[in-house]
Amino acid sequence: MYEYDWSSIPGALPILWDGMKITFAVTVAAIVVGIVWGTLLAVARLSSHGPIAWLAAGYVNLFRSVPLVMVILWFYLIVPQLLRAVFGDAIQDIRLASAVTAFCLFEAAYYSEIVRAGIQSVSRGQISAALALGFTYGQAMRLIILPQALRNMLPLLLTQAIILFQDTSLVYVIGLADFFGASYKVGDRDGRLVELLLFAGLVYFVLCFAASMLVKFLRRRVAV
Amino acid sequence: MNYNWNWGVFLQEAPSGADTYLGWLLTGLKWTLLLSLSAWAVALAVGGIVGVLRTAPGRALSLAAASYVEVFRNIPLLVQLFIWYFVLPELLPVKMGDAFKQMNPLAQQFIAAWLCLGLFTAARVAEQVRAGIQSLPPGQKNAGLALGFTLPQTYRYVLLPMAVRIVVPPLTSEFLNIFKNSAVATTIGLIELSRQAQQLVDYTAQPFEAFIAVTALYLMLNVTIMSIMRKVERMLRVPGFIVAGK
Repeated sequence: MYEYDWSSIPGALPILWDGMKITFAVTVAAIVVGIVWGTLLAVARLSSHGPIAWLAAGYVNLFRSVPLVMVILWFYLIVPQLLRAVFGDAIQDIRLASAVTAFCLFEAAYYSEIVRAGIQSVSRGQISAALALGFTYGQAMRLIILPQALRNMLPLLLTQAIILFQDTSLVYVIGLADFFGASYKVGDRDGRLVELLLFAGLVYFVLCFAASMLVKFLRRRVAV
Repeated sequence: MNYNWNWGVFLQEAPSGADTYLGWLLTGLKWTLLLSLSAWAVALAVGGIVGVLRTAPGRALSLAAASYVEVFRNIPLLVQLFIWYFVLPELLPVKMGDAFKQMNPLAQQFIAAWLCLGLFTAARVAEQVRAGIQSLPPGQKNAGLALGFTLPQTYRYVLLPMAVRIVVPPLTSEFLNIFKNSAVATTIGLIELSRQAQQLVDYTAQPFEAFIAVTALYLMLNVTIMSIMRKVERMLRVPGFIVAGK
């Protein structure tokens, strides 16, 4: 039988906490930028202006058909070469920057689908009424449609945030030490991979389970 | 920027001998397909059972099914994969663990990724199956029972034939996800598509061609599956029944 030895975890907590900070940083950046950029994409996609709607749809469909791992690698291996050509070798460690960029642009595609469904869930009469009252299209979206749509889609936005939090572990592929990366490194260093991986799994489970319970509670509270 | 485009690189012979770089890409595609399709079989079987159990009347059974879903949904796929690959062989009885570790590395990677992806997706399939069954009017179940069917018979002859057809559209997106999620297997070294993209970068120093080709293959895969599933959905659609699982 395997003999567990959890003794390397207490000493490693500061390293793991540093990793967790990176996990949170990527998550928060991707949520904020993802929702803002995703909302713009959704509005663009529903616009009556053909080319804009078409471009937004192309963006969303492209990012939604490629694995996240590939997107992270694109922004780590390929895009920096383009940037280097422009900025020279000024940029040194680009792992965090490229991971954040990849997540923001990738998640925006998913958020845009949620926002689009949210906007479409608001009845058409609302926008007609707003336009009839003399609001411009932009004002109608900002003041009438989006506030109602946001309330409808809040639970889905939060659920997507939990998925995103889990997905940040994939920055492992570019060697960025997020919480998971840090756990793996400590486990590898101390020859205690079994304990560290189980510990990481447990931490993710507790955080995500608690968050999903919270979302369930909120869903009941904010239901229109 | 001075980049030498060279699409001919795919026809060059790879250092492994007897194969071109194009061959590497096709090998990657083959493993992506094998892994995703075989994991999908597991996901459908396990997810179907767990989803049905979640609607079952017995408290113990539905609690067990709910726990399965929560555990597999709240741990990142990558962590699950590493647990299957690195942790489980240590926790198995020594003989079985050693037998696993003595297998050829490709087989080890494939088995771990296959179980991981299959059981991970099963939790998502289970949620869709449950939503499908619960979207049926409750009268259907009551009518089945009132006609003298036992509960399993009611599921078998009344609820499931409908639920299966209702649940196809939401399952399509899970089916697409499993192909994308299979890319995570690159982290344990399985030579699927995204692994091959990285290998091509290392070996050919033509990163742009490699990444564009692999991305295009993923896009093609996506479009192909989507058009197949549209046909399946049209075939199985229940006329006059517009309930899509959420």
